[in-house]
Amino acid sequence: MMPLRPDTWVGYAFAIVAGFAFGFVLERAGFGSSRKLAAQFYLRDMTVLKVMFTAIVTAMLGLTLLTSLGLVDFAAIFVNPTYLGPQIVGGLIFGVGFAVGGYCPGTSIVAAVTGKMDAVSFLLGFGGGVLVFAGAYPLVGGFAQSGGGERELLSDWLHLPMGVVALLVVVMALGMFAGAEWVERWMRRRDARASEPPAESTHDDQAHAPAAAE
Amino acid sequence: MTQALVHDARPESPERPHWNPYLAGFALGLVLLATFLVMGRGLGASGAMARATARAVETVAPTWVHENGALGSYFANGARWWDDWLVFEVVGVALGGLAAGLTSRRFRLKVEGGPRIKPTSRLAFAFAGGLISGFGARLALGCTSGQALTGGATLALGSWAFMFAVFGGAYGVAYFVRRLWT
Repeated sequence: MMPLRPDTWVGYAFAIVAGFAFGFVLERAGFGSSRKLAAQFYLRDMTVLKVMFTAIVTAMLGLTLLTSLGLVDFAAIFVNPTYLGPQIVGGLIFGVGFAVGGYCPGTSIVAAVTGKMDAVSFLLGFGGGVLVFAGAYPLVGGFAQSGGGERELLSDWLHLPMGVVALLVVVMALGMFAGAEWVERWMRRRDARASEPPAESTHDDQAHAPAAAE
Repeated sequence: MTQALVHDARPESPERPHWNPYLAGFALGLVLLATFLVMGRGLGASGAMARATARAVETVAPTWVHENGALGSYFANGARWWDDWLVFEVVGVALGGLAAGLTSRRFRLKVEGGPRIKPTSRLAFAFAGGLISGFGARLALGCTSGQALTGGATLALGSWAFMFAVFGGAYGVAYFVRRLWT
């Protein structure tokens, strides 16, 4: 029955292997580049959304399938506790930092080890943010712990079976992928039109260029 | 002639292409699934960075860190800051990223930013972005890895709320910081 939960040091060895694969895939996806990551927020490169939702759908379907086959004890799998208020406010703040800094923590590590100095700066700033939060804890700690912290699933909230919710997530992801492909094409056409000078002046430039050179 | 031969042997811009995003996502999903099956928990990043920060500050202000409401638990009851799966996982992330960067020939010392921004400004904004993200990640108890990806796959309600909030915050501010990127 899974999860296997090996001994501490076997687990730590596995952590390095899993982390290695995680970091390797992030780099190969192009996430060692702040420009590529930030392009997500200008609709020019939707790779962040595509990679993230494909990964979520893959792991989610694997977990639901193996649970329904009785191979995984889902109750023994860690589910992030829900603190709705702090998670929504923290998420909004985090998103602002993502758009300003061009990274999230995992991708900044990959960017830093592939030589990006701006990622090193982001990492130092992130440490600073952790400290600001720690310093402000007497003020914000109450809010940070509000909201119950229960193990609550989307399926509990929607009052639907997990399998149905998993199916809805797949449908939503496919819709988002279609939208992402469409918006990338649309932005490419728009950028191409913007960089193209009006047809008449192009013609004139070509006609006059040799004369001007002489 | 020699020049041409050298040039041929070491062509410019030898970067390997990125993986197809859906294939990369599928690979990432398999890694995430493996950590659930083996460890019973998913991936993460910000937790390890908070621990490393706490350890760094411990050298100058040990009492403050040990008694702090947000960081003290990393040292409570003789616990060691590094004694956590995420710390080892993040060491792996750095090694994996480095290996991938070297083999894709994308390793390059540089300051990367939008076409209109000076390197010094980019470094300052990267620091500011990190500062904001660090605060947000501690408030939300995780980041894009530990909350959005991991919690998303287990259908955790709060993680889904976090994920949409992240996109909301980023898209909401993108117009105002467009000079950084476009």
